[in-house]
Amino acid sequence: MPKDLVGIKELSKRDIGQVLDTASSFKDVLRRDIKKVPALRGKTVVNLFFEPSTRTKTSFELAEKRLSTDVLNFSVPTSSVVKGESLFDTIKTIEAYGVDFIVIRHASSGVPHFIAENVNASVINAGDGTNEHPTQALLDAFSIIEKKGTLEGLNVAIVGDIAHSRVAKSNIYLLSKFNARIRLIGPPTLIPCMEDYGVEVFYDMDEGLRGADIVMMLRIQMERQGRSFFPSTQEYFKYWGLDMKRLGLARKDALVMHPGPMNRGIEISSQAADSPQSVILDQVTNGIAVRMAVMYLLTGGEKQ
Amino acid sequence: MPEMAKELLGKKDIERILSRIAHEIIEKNKGTEDLCLIGIQRGGVHIARRLSQKIRAIENAEIPVGSLDISLYRDDLGMRKEHPVVRKTDIPCDVTDKRVVLVDDVIFTGRSIRAAMDALMDFGRPAQIQLAVLIDRGHRELPIRPDYTGKNIPTSGVESIEVQFEEDGMEDKVLIQAMG
Amino acid sequence: MSKDILIKDGHIVDPSQDIDYVGDILIADGKIKETRTQNSKPRAQNSGLETIDAGGMFVFPGLVDMHTHLREPGFEHKETIRTGTLAAVHGGFTSVCPMPNTSPVNDNPTVTAFIIKKSLDEGFCHVYPIGAITKGQRGEEIAEMGLMYEAGCVAFSDDGRPVMSSIIMRRALEYSKRFNVPVISHCEDLPLADGGVMNEGGLSAMLGLKGIPSAAEEVMVARDILLAELTGGRLHIAHVSTQGSVRLIRQAKERGIPVTAETCPHYFSITEDAVKGYNTNAKVNPPLRTQRDVEAVREGLKDGTIDVIATDHAPHHLDEKLLEFDKAPSGISGLETALGLSLNLVGSGTLSLKQLIGKMTIVPARILNVDRGTLKPGSDADLVIVDMGKEFRVDAKRFVSLGRNTPFEGMSLKGMPVVTIVKGKIHR
Repeated sequence: MPKDLVGIKELSKRDIGQVLDTASSFKDVLRRDIKKVPALRGKTVVNLFFEPSTRTKTSFELAEKRLSTDVLNFSVPTSSVVKGESLFDTIKTIEAYGVDFIVIRHASSGVPHFIAENVNASVINAGDGTNEHPTQALLDAFSIIEKKGTLEGLNVAIVGDIAHSRVAKSNIYLLSKFNARIRLIGPPTLIPCMEDYGVEVFYDMDEGLRGADIVMMLRIQMERQGRSFFPSTQEYFKYWGLDMKRLGLARKDALVMHPGPMNRGIEISSQAADSPQSVILDQVTNGIAVRMAVMYLLTGGEKQ
Repeated sequence: MPEMAKELLGKKDIERILSRIAHEIIEKNKGTEDLCLIGIQRGGVHIARRLSQKIRAIENAEIPVGSLDISLYRDDLGMRKEHPVVRKTDIPCDVTDKRVVLVDDVIFTGRSIRAAMDALMDFGRPAQIQLAVLIDRGHRELPIRPDYTGKNIPTSGVESIEVQFEEDGMEDKVLIQAMG
Repeated sequence: MSKDILIKDGHIVDPSQDIDYVGDILIADGKIKETRTQNSKPRAQNSGLETIDAGGMFVFPGLVDMHTHLREPGFEHKETIRTGTLAAVHGGFTSVCPMPNTSPVNDNPTVTAFIIKKSLDEGFCHVYPIGAITKGQRGEEIAEMGLMYEAGCVAFSDDGRPVMSSIIMRRALEYSKRFNVPVISHCEDLPLADGGVMNEGGLSAMLGLKGIPSAAEEVMVARDILLAELTGGRLHIAHVSTQGSVRLIRQAKERGIPVTAETCPHYFSITEDAVKGYNTNAKVNPPLRTQRDVEAVREGLKDGTIDVIATDHAPHHLDEKLLEFDKAPSGISGLETALGLSLNLVGSGTLSLKQLIGKMTIVPARILNVDRGTLKPGSDADLVIVDMGKEFRVDAKRFVSLGRNTPFEGMSLKGMPVVTIVKGKIHR
């Protein structure tokens, strides 16, 4: 295991396997009455969120607390246009506090790499720009394996704004390492150039969903509206929204996933989101276990 | 097998020792009521299972057997290069008000037992915790003493003790060897 | 009055006179007096002569960079006229053309006069400012081209920004005809580039960085070629980076449209791969492209589609590059690596040495109508002596430019300028 988790790209299949195995032990811990273990007692973690986030931040914070770390939250409102301290100075200051982990969420791709190069603490990417969101992909993989037993050979359809989705990117890197068959579905304006990963691209959702084992929906970001990626949310839902009829095209035991927060009625119907096939809430629970596993393993990791 | 390794106990020796400990446990606890065996991963788990079989044979009573992984409770995390693999923890019953016998293969510094007691306490409040070990090799760093000891084997700091189990595909055996 | 100088036994290459022989150059009163082959009879020499032994080395006319950012006035923390021209001399350049995107913008004769005066006072080489096409480089109204021309501007450009309005570009190409100066176009369709920070493609998707498609450059190249055809104005395309641009310019030249073009060493030396690891020193506009584009640019240099090699020397302060990739400014500090990188084109057989030196001396000088880039008797003694055998490692810490932003750090290059002479003044 390396010192940092900057992206799935940088992890080996073995590293990923180790995280997923360890996460399963941590999931057991989460079932106990006392959900806290002293594993990382005395360690300090700073959650450095340059972008607003409720879910990911809460999940990390819970994971950190259950590992008995001391948690510092350092939120920087993105709305602030005041030219203040540079990122470099901010992270050097934080390092001087003597932290062991930096969990970083930033709107610019590559920031976790930049930080990892400049500090000794372990850096965990909690989402950088449109690059990666590695812990999300790990928890998605964990959730899939929990239900399907494996990733190998599964048909995974990822639907929506692939181009701007760090969740999609990390999932593509992870799933391709485990030989899943990846289908990208969405409007042509939102599908990036990713042929190198052996993905299949479908602009027609019905066609793309046929026989899928996993239907991974992505959030449509409202700020994409009015920028001509698609004309309206109504039209978007008509062609790329997941409803029960479309879900019926996938395998009967297909899982419905969503990283949240969902836009009900825009990318997914309530019936689909709440159907028995949905594992959306399992994803939330598994997120804590996976993040605990990552932090536990990184403490023993080596600086690259 | 490295040349320096010397067999201290064989299959039969181990068998006899475990039979004795099983009797001691029953005797000390005046039966098997509220008794629970928890093996420390990994060697302790095998021994706990075998002890439970012996107790069943003697007393015709089924006692719960569990396993405990102490990785998350160790005091040397962050000092080690690779983290120990987190193995299964399976506590089969509510330990509150139970008499829990912790089982391990070798007791050395006592730090694992300290970690195991901390871990166990997170599952409830046992009436009593007892400790059973196959080998006591000395060199304690904490004030911990087993209630049931298979064999005392005084060792030097440069020697190591290896316990092998059939459950792991090997012959039951306890070996001592000088560390390379 | 500078000393008379004799440069002995150098391999002289001067494409302006088709010279390619081993010989001597005599400099008197800061001007080239004579170039002659080794075997010709030496004339009587005066006693105060300083002799430079150039045996085993090459002698070229001083290089002319028609695309430089000296950053002064306004951004002296990035570079100054003093440090920028010193970097030029270190790199073998004896003439540079600073682009107008300073603060204030060089869009009026006062700023032009300031730059020229400052260059004469503090500079180490000749400085020919390029004026803005539009006031404030805002792309809305053409600037005072005539007055700037009289003050010393040799070309006009809004470099750093495109002239997005077609009608303004048309007017600029038309109006510039009165002064017979080129309009240098920074070809970038801004809405199409859409805030991108690197080349668009598989790699930008993989790095999660917003891409700039080749088409953002090419649609503007195509537009400006059509406007040059319409107006007959002299169009010069700056920093050509894509295969499509090369193709468009080639076709335009075949059709006799008055267009010239330049590229920069980074566009024929490295690809977008240099961005991997979010290296902000490889962030440049237009962005580094693919191997296919690199090959097309080399092909364009070879067949004459691309006339000039310019540096687009764009120094930035260390702190500005030590930022998030998408926030860091674009640009490469190029003056001190340009010759070494360009000489690789000779090594790879893309260009003959004479062709290469032409593209860095007389060709840009002719495009700009300046009397530079030649060793003709009577011209200013601007030349560079290069040790072609000497290998050196790019070490930004040793740049004299204030801009240490190079993606070539650690690269091994051949062709170290040993002596640069500007108007008879020797810089070692």
